[in-house]
Amino acid sequence: MSQESLVEIRNLNFTYDSRPVLTGINMTIPRGKVVAVMGSSGCGKTTTMRLIGGQLKPTSGEVRVAGKVVHELDGDGLYDLRRRMGMLFQFGALFTDMSVYDNVAFQMREHTDLNEAMIRDLVMMKLHAVGLRGAHKLMPAELSGGMARRVALARAIALDPMLMMYDEPFAGLDPISLSIVGELIRKLNDALGGSSIVVTHDVQESLKIVDYVYFVSEGKIVAEGTAEEIKSSTVPYVHQFVWGEADGPVPFHYPSRSSYGAELTGRAARHG
Amino acid sequence: MDNFLTRALIGLGRKVTSRIWRLGFAARFFLAILLESGTALRRLNLTIREIYFTGVLSLIIILVSGLFVGMVLGLQGYDTLQRYGSSEALGVLVSLSLVRELGPVVAALLFASRAGSAITAEIGLMKATEQLSAMEMMAVNPIARVVAPRFWGGVLSMPLLAALFSAMGIFGGYLVGVQLIGVDEGSFWSQMQASVDFREDIMNGVIKSFVFGVIVSWVAVFEGYDADPTAEGVSGATTRTVVTSSLAILAADFVLTAFMFRGV
Amino acid sequence: MSRTALDLWVGFFVAIGLAALLFLALKVGNLTSASTGETYALQAKFDNIGGLKVRAAVKSAGVVVGRVSEIRFDPEAYLAVVTIQVDARYKFPKDTFATINTSGLLGEQYIGFEVGGDSAMLASGDAIKKTQSAVVLEKLISQFMFNKAAEDGGKK
Repeated sequence: MSQESLVEIRNLNFTYDSRPVLTGINMTIPRGKVVAVMGSSGCGKTTTMRLIGGQLKPTSGEVRVAGKVVHELDGDGLYDLRRRMGMLFQFGALFTDMSVYDNVAFQMREHTDLNEAMIRDLVMMKLHAVGLRGAHKLMPAELSGGMARRVALARAIALDPMLMMYDEPFAGLDPISLSIVGELIRKLNDALGGSSIVVTHDVQESLKIVDYVYFVSEGKIVAEGTAEEIKSSTVPYVHQFVWGEADGPVPFHYPSRSSYGAELTGRAARHG
Repeated sequence: MDNFLTRALIGLGRKVTSRIWRLGFAARFFLAILLESGTALRRLNLTIREIYFTGVLSLIIILVSGLFVGMVLGLQGYDTLQRYGSSEALGVLVSLSLVRELGPVVAALLFASRAGSAITAEIGLMKATEQLSAMEMMAVNPIARVVAPRFWGGVLSMPLLAALFSAMGIFGGYLVGVQLIGVDEGSFWSQMQASVDFREDIMNGVIKSFVFGVIVSWVAVFEGYDADPTAEGVSGATTRTVVTSSLAILAADFVLTAFMFRGV
Repeated sequence: MSRTALDLWVGFFVAIGLAALLFLALKVGNLTSASTGETYALQAKFDNIGGLKVRAAVKSAGVVVGRVSEIRFDPEAYLAVVTIQVDARYKFPKDTFATINTSGLLGEQYIGFEVGGDSAMLASGDAIKKTQSAVVLEKLISQFMFNKAAEDGGKK
């Protein structure tokens, strides 16, 4: 295995309630790169991230992070690994009973013996990095969606993780917040010198900042390549996704057991 | 018909096994709380915070209800006792019923609906908004950091609240009996002191309220942690906390009473 | 809410909670009187203990001096054996007379000590020789009725 890759996923399968969610996934995430995992909603992107973070166990196959197989680690080993990972949840997942300052300081207080003055400097530095130095006294309920996302980002990078994971970082943001968050992801990755995984379905924004893209559909990788390759891809699914066409290989209709005509005549369910 | 019968049996079996499975899960969860209690007890300010939210914020409802329950006991007790010409035993009646039964039980029921439901809703919402997941990803165990302090906060608050309820109730009985109706003050207190035993009555009441505190806190944190991470899931779990813990309190009260006061 | 305000409230809560417990223990319960001190055991046999219960009071001259700690049946003598814990501060002569009394007509029953004149004192584990059983109300009434009937019969 090459020293250059931080995360390696080999032949990963995951079934939930005997329903296959991921089948035969192979991914490599090199150090220092920002990699996007794209696909429509519910295709297993978030599951992939939870498998990397060790919150789920694969049915078969393995995920290696920094050379260690995640699902073979014991409780302490897993927590050690997670201390070097940062994760940005879809809606921030800020602790609602703590101020912005305490949210960012949370991990430092839990995992380090730094004194309060040192923690204060670090928290202010992290908040400054996301442009919210002035908001340290606010409670999460007083923040806008974009601000909450940035505070969560400051919290995630509190201990300078080697691997950052972003779960739908662009969901529900206005265009300005969107490009701020996008730029932050790139800048932070380069500053920390680690790797980043961005799980998203926002093609245009993420193609501006990522180095490499995996396309996932129905639990399988259907395409991969650099941002340029993806933009010019001729794979029908990727083309539909990138250019946002309503119909294509991804059907408009959810698969139905009976035909529309049968339902109209009211015979569908009883005989199905 | 045969088909219908098998389906009914399968449905029944599934219900029973899922209940048992859930019970087993709750038991394992309880064990996990005890094992992870180190943080909650070492970093006492986490638990103190929860004592504020469960204990201090329940003070008003406990004190006011205690006063009214005691006053009603005073009125009703006097009405019954004076028929037998023993109205000076009012103090005994009020204090024994409060210290042995009403104090621990009613305080626990109020505690379940005031603090238990709040704990469930809070943990359920933390789960629904991925705060627990986020904590896990930050290598902090949510059972140690979130669940255990709330559990211990509830367990420690409950006996104090029950004692306050009883004391307030006896004061209420005194107000109605002595100040309003005019039962002799001396015999009110002295008869009470002569027949309420510290170990048999008061300590057993404290033990009861401690057990109820464990029950309510356990049910509340479990339902919150086990809630479906949706709005309906959290509201359903909150209702279940109140219903389950109330029933469990009454059932446990019967068992404890049978053990404690059988020989007397 | 600041840390200090929170600590203050919790401190206040714990303080009044403990005060309530103390109130229950001292003002409502009988922690101050008896029960905590040293005691010694005496035994007394009765033909009939009536409604006497464990924890019933033992009084001498109307003052509580001890409590009943155990009641059992002696299958050889067919008697009730009552064990009494007496406050170690009080000593009673060997010929103390133990009776089972009732407070009021329907009140609870207690053991009364009537002190004799012996100079030797009862020690721990001793048995009280002279006892009088409980008065059973039904017996008393039937005896009264019987006597009345006999008197009336005699007059005729």
